[in-house]
Amino acid sequence: MAAGNPFAIALELILERDPVLLGIVGLSLQVSLTAVAIAALLGLPLGAAIALFRFPGRGIAVAGLNALMGLPPVVAGLMVYLLLSRAGPLGSWGLLFTPTAMVIAQTLLVLPIIAALSRQVVEDLWEEYREQLQSLGSSRLRAIPTLLWDARFSLVTGVLAGFGRASAEVGAVLIVGGNIDGVTRVMTTAIALETSRGDLPLALALGIVLLLLVMLVNATAYLIGEQAKRRLG
Amino acid sequence: MNDLSRPDALLPLRVSALGFRHRGQSLLDGVEFTLGPVGRTILLGPNGAGKSLLMRLCHGLLTPTSGRIDWSLGGASVAFLRRRQAMVFQRPVLLRRGALANVRHALSLQGVGRAEGKRRAEDALERFGLSPLARRPARVLSGGEQQRLALARAWALRPEILFLDEPTSALDPAATKSVEDAVLDFHRAGTRVVMSTHDLGQARRLADDVLFLCGGRLLEQTPATTFFEQPQSPEAAAFLRGDLVW
Ligand SMILES: Nc1ncnc2c1ncn2[C@@H]1O[C@H](COP(=O)(O)OP(=O)(O)O)[C@@H](O)[C@H]1O
Ligand SMILES: [Mg+2]
Repeated sequence: MAAGNPFAIALELILERDPVLLGIVGLSLQVSLTAVAIAALLGLPLGAAIALFRFPGRGIAVAGLNALMGLPPVVAGLMVYLLLSRAGPLGSWGLLFTPTAMVIAQTLLVLPIIAALSRQVVEDLWEEYREQLQSLGSSRLRAIPTLLWDARFSLVTGVLAGFGRASAEVGAVLIVGGNIDGVTRVMTTAIALETSRGDLPLALALGIVLLLLVMLVNATAYLIGEQAKRRLG
Repeated sequence: MNDLSRPDALLPLRVSALGFRHRGQSLLDGVEFTLGPVGRTILLGPNGAGKSLLMRLCHGLLTPTSGRIDWSLGGASVAFLRRRQAMVFQRPVLLRRGALANVRHALSLQGVGRAEGKRRAEDALERFGLSPLARRPARVLSGGEQQRLALARAWALRPEILFLDEPTSALDPAATKSVEDAVLDFHRAGTRVVMSTHDLGQARRLADDVLFLCGGRLLEQTPATTFFEQPQSPEAAAFLRGDLVW
């Protein structure tokens, strides 16, 4: 490694669009965005359904969802590892240490956040809309898309929070991905490894990119919320 | 709209021995009346008399704990019956989308096809002077415009009966006037109107007959002129003098 200020080298890596750096950032985005997309596709209607329908065990489902929001990434990683390891029930699929395994683990992490938020937001909205929608002839099932659409701005904020969580976690992707160079190495695992190996410039460069990304996500969430309040009431 | 010769007409509506209890408390008790196929019925009574409750029961939003609500066509499901009615609430709930889209959404809930729905929604906005606001987000409209949009939405559904629950209580005089005009439009188009209000002037302007509720009981069903000149019950007389607390 070249001597000199690690900050300066880090900036140079970013400005020169270092291929190793770009590869890692690209894989990070690909894994986390896919996980968030799947979690949103499943979690939004799931949360809305829990909000609208009464069924035995509903209280437990709600409490469980809320508890799972705090699921530690390493535990999520461990669960998926056990599932996908050679001896595990899905071992024959050969997914362990692939980006797919990382997507599964992150989906597991993000799904409860999105579903719990969707449940809360849709339940509040249903309280406000119920009589009007029933008067107009809407069934509960038909109300789900209506309510999700009307809650879209709150929900986007939650989905972005889910993306923040996915892209910033280390534990799950490390366990199921293995941090294999060029295959499953993402920003967070690379930062952990390069720091411990003493390659501070790359770690710093990745840290800066990650920080910018997370700030961008939060700023977007904030702006969407403000915009919605002003334009749609 | 109402056509008396229709074999499957919704009206008359017969309400018999209707009661509604909540947590052991009787909120409506022994309510009996019949609504014929034409006219404007105004529901009057002090605050908490059960006016809103009665309309929500008739509209099928609540289930009575005793008694019956019989529409002329028997045996139909609540959902089916409700499709032929509409209700305008004190504070309309509008969706977070454009004015036109709100009306189209209501039509699509009732299974009206896209092209037909668009045409009917545009007609309804036009009739209530809302065409220039068609793309405006419904939630940023003024209170009066929102209520007109709720009326336009009800209009597009072509209900046989329209319930209005104190539709003008939050509105200024100009907006109130436009709601009263709309009620007349519905009436002329043959829609049965049932409306509650706490504005006696408005009741006099609009009523063909009056249902007077007090403390969860129906004390009068009287033609409007009789009600305002010679109320049959002492409670109604006190109410008209302004001696009953709202
Ligand atoms: N959903 C409800 N649950 C319990 N009590 C209710 C409910 N709705 C209305 N009430 C009660 O029923 C009574 C009649 O209410 P309401 O029909 O709103 O009166 P009005 O419209 O004549 O002012 C009131 O005492 C009110 O507190
Ligand atoms: Mg009321």
